[in-house]
Amino acid sequence: MPAQTMLKVQDLRFRYDPEQPQYAVDGVSLCVQKGEFVAVLGANGCGKSTLAKHFNAILLPESGTVLVEGMDTRTDERLYDIRQKVGMVFQNPDNQIVATVVEEDVAFALENLGVPTPDIRTRIDEAMRLAGIWDKRESAPHKLSGGQKQRVAIAGVIAMRPDCLVLDEATAMLDPSGRAAVLDTIRTLRAAGITIVAITHYMEEAAQADRILVMSEGRIVLEGTPREIFSRPERLHRYHLDVPQAAELRDELAKVGIRLPAGTITPEECAQALYELLK
Amino acid sequence: MLRDITIGQHFPGDSVLHRCDPRLKLLGTVGYIAVLFVAGNPLGIGLALAFLAALYAAARIPYKMILKSLKPILPIILFTSVLNLFFVSGQGQAPLFSWWVFTVYPQGVRYAVLLSLRVIALIAGTSLLTYTTSPIVLTDALESVLRPLGRLHFPVHELAMMMTIALRFIPTLIEETEKIMNAQKARGALLDTGTVLQRVKALVPILVPLFISAFNRASDLAVAMECRCYRGGEGRTRLKVLRYTRTDALCAAVLVLALAAIAATRWLVPGL
Repeated sequence: MPAQTMLKVQDLRFRYDPEQPQYAVDGVSLCVQKGEFVAVLGANGCGKSTLAKHFNAILLPESGTVLVEGMDTRTDERLYDIRQKVGMVFQNPDNQIVATVVEEDVAFALENLGVPTPDIRTRIDEAMRLAGIWDKRESAPHKLSGGQKQRVAIAGVIAMRPDCLVLDEATAMLDPSGRAAVLDTIRTLRAAGITIVAITHYMEEAAQADRILVMSEGRIVLEGTPREIFSRPERLHRYHLDVPQAAELRDELAKVGIRLPAGTITPEECAQALYELLK
Repeated sequence: MLRDITIGQHFPGDSVLHRCDPRLKLLGTVGYIAVLFVAGNPLGIGLALAFLAALYAAARIPYKMILKSLKPILPIILFTSVLNLFFVSGQGQAPLFSWWVFTVYPQGVRYAVLLSLRVIALIAGTSLLTYTTSPIVLTDALESVLRPLGRLHFPVHELAMMMTIALRFIPTLIEETEKIMNAQKARGALLDTGTVLQRVKALVPILVPLFISAFNRASDLAVAMECRCYRGGEGRTRLKVLRYTRTDALCAAVLVLALAAIAATRWLVPGL
């Protein structure tokens, strides 16, 4: 396998209850390249969170394989290598923070990995700077805002220096400004070369990805660049999903005969297109 | 309302006692308690109280904090000393006064005073530990001090981890309780009125969602901890390593000398 592949999933099937015929993930195959930003979209209960939990061996496939940089997640002796390579951030920031001081929480993963004390210091400092919570390092987590807490959670994960960061609806519980701050952090991490897999409900977030996967009933039903996916809203509506507001505006304008470029999906592009039009 | 509760009553500061190694403070407190029981004589308890007063002064903690820490156990002190006052009979001593079934001997007065002073020293001494040491640091110290027990398969690390998580989640759960209380009040729950039984019953719709949410949080946290490679205490390193400094050695020497001196009074003055 080429070294450029971060995650490779082949015909993954998984169900929580082996007695039930219903699979939560029902034959998914996908490949994520290093440095890529992939967004996974889907309605509630479509299996996207279950899929994500396979990426770092929290769940193991019933059939099929998950390879993380070539390591099978079912190999017990590579378990902690895999979890160190693929960091995961969840929805509720409160339920991911272990320690009573921010910097101790960021150090938690490194303490578990047995990193020598002086190295822990340099690595958590680096992680807290990247996540933008350096000035909060001595605060108690419960005194921070939602967005700050989520960035503490991200810092705690990137301190492991993972190659890939999986965000399982990491912005779903945040207010708009908290979400913006977290997205900003994600952009920084992406620039640092970390592969991002974002599971999300927000089309605006998905619009920034390199590639979008749409899941429904445990399967991947659509795959493509944001432009391709959001250019045909009726397909998305079939899977109970919307298009970003910019794309919606584009389509509404098209109905009354005003044409914007088909690839208009972000607010910036939309503003630019409207400016060109009105000029 | 609930938010005002402070856990561990930490009183931040930068005195010698605050900076002192928490393991030393922990062992010192245990030693102090032991000495209080060894030297149960007036001189010993007097010295122990004087030593404690000196420590409070060194920690720059106002003496009114002692009163604050004594307040909850004041009834117990009063109750035991009153009991002792009436039930201790001085052998061959003339009673101080006698009325109906109550007879008070000088021995009883002495016993009651010494016992309440001892309890006061006990509470004020242990409070000094929590005043000068934050709960997190105290947990670290506990883990470090108990580590030898790990060889006997006592789950020292797990215990410390549980304490840390409990400390971390107390404010979160308090916030949650407030939210649930408000939600139930908004739906007409009467929490502040009615008989005791009614009020206890009114707590059920608060406790049930609180427990469910706490279990959900625990399960989320367990997954998040696994994602960050948690695998128990083995092979774990620490961000902050406790280290004995020269000041700590000096403090230890002062402590040992003081405690030994107090304990020695046992053989000089007859005690309880």
